[in-house]
Amino acid sequence: MKSGSKLEKVLTAGKFAITAELGPPQNANPEAIKKKAQHCLGVAEAVNITDNQTAIVRMSSIAAAAIAVSCGLEPVAQMVCRDRNRIAMQSDLLGAAALGIKNILCLSGDHQSFGNHPEAKNVYCLDSMQLISMVKQMRDEKTFISGDPIKEYEPKFFIGAVANPFADPFEFRVVRLAKKIQAGADFIQTQCIFDLDKFEKWMELVVKEGLHKKVYIMAGITPIRSSRALKYMKTEVAGMSIPDELIERMDAAEDPKEEGVNIACEMIERIKKIEGVSGLHLMPIGWESITPVILERTGLLPRPEVD
Amino acid sequence: MIVADRKPLQEILEYIKDYKKIMLMGCGGCVTVCFSGGAKAVELLASQIKMARKEQGNDIEIIECTPTRQCEYEFLEELKKDVESVEAVLSIACGVGVQAMAVHFPEMHTVPGLNTKFMGYPVEHALWEEKCAGCGDCVLEWTGGLCPISRCAKKLLNGPCGGSADGVCEVNKDNECVWQLIYDRLKKLGKLENLNQVRKPKDWRTSTNAGQRRIKFEEAML
Repeated sequence: MKSGSKLEKVLTAGKFAITAELGPPQNANPEAIKKKAQHCLGVAEAVNITDNQTAIVRMSSIAAAAIAVSCGLEPVAQMVCRDRNRIAMQSDLLGAAALGIKNILCLSGDHQSFGNHPEAKNVYCLDSMQLISMVKQMRDEKTFISGDPIKEYEPKFFIGAVANPFADPFEFRVVRLAKKIQAGADFIQTQCIFDLDKFEKWMELVVKEGLHKKVYIMAGITPIRSSRALKYMKTEVAGMSIPDELIERMDAAEDPKEEGVNIACEMIERIKKIEGVSGLHLMPIGWESITPVILERTGLLPRPEVD
Repeated sequence: MIVADRKPLQEILEYIKDYKKIMLMGCGGCVTVCFSGGAKAVELLASQIKMARKEQGNDIEIIECTPTRQCEYEFLEELKKDVESVEAVLSIACGVGVQAMAVHFPEMHTVPGLNTKFMGYPVEHALWEEKCAGCGDCVLEWTGGLCPISRCAKKLLNGPCGGSADGVCEVNKDNECVWQLIYDRLKKLGKLENLNQVRKPKDWRTSTNAGQRRIKFEEAML
């Protein structure tokens, strides 16, 4: 075991794993985390705690992840390259490990121009690829990125990274995944999938390269509540692929919420059959209560037991 | 070349509000080429300032000049007599020129009339784009001659990020995604393998992290 996290145990046991997402509050209230954590207990192996996502200031992902640990929930603490240099990142990694956090997800981070502090200076001392590599170096070589040794108690993380099969250039996306594996990624969470045909095409290339045997790929799912949300993502969010027939289907629905759940469940059933997919990452933006409903309907509850 | 842009007139007028006689100094180098600080720009700005001050009933006298390069002491020295005859100098050179003036004439209040923006070149008539960040450790060899440090909003060395769509950068829709361009260029050159390995973290010591950088050209030392 690299980290001994529950997520690692479920994935290495060859079981279909589930992760969900929990956004920390925009204030200092620990109860907000505890309340959201209740939705996730027993539903997912681990829960992603986002790091100032969309560049909006929120409670620190590591602090919120530590609160999640205290609730009995296993966090995947997210770490972005936007706000910290390599000194602060390594310091936070040591702190995260000391607080009982075992999974880290490494990302570039949303550019600050999208958030509520567009005047801020970004850092990008490292990029996401180099962050993955640094976390692995600290764990496996027991050294800091400078080469200095970590004297015992090295941080042992199960290392996550993200992949967006829908961004351009499409043919480079598999190469980029291979690079993340080369850097040290143990598991991958994808951008939310709406265009299943394109995702299947990407997975075919992934399997052809044998990458699914080197990393656990978790397919990103976002249940939608309205066609408006879909239209917004289609026009406003770069690197998203949203088929028109999905928008038409949501437009025609009498009960859009129910239709959104139907769509999510149908996609999950199809994804379960795709070779090389090891699990799901659920991102029900602001609709956390729907997660158990979807998992129940797709036969993914109760979660498997691991020691 | 260095590309700079005029400050708003109101800001400039505020800088010089206490003075009755100033020198307006342009530069015959980069800023002449990008229209912001050459002899024509000096003439135009001088007339705008005089007009504005006249309206306020507070006339100002302006000596206009445009040395070959404001960033070299020898060109500034030629202007010594005129500089010493004014209360302040309004410089419309880049930030380098303003500082050369300020250091060469330490008694003189020198104020900037431009915002210095970047190193770049005109991609079409009257349109300049940033192309170099002066990071001190050039990567253009393996990127097909396209710079991700100055042109990628996240300075990625292992790009493109997930926000690259239809060749456009998600951060600024006017910009092409430089990583898409790098990919296309390397493909044409038959060097896509340049992108296969994980590029190591950049050593930012060569960049602006330790304050002013210096270069000594030993062979040319007197």
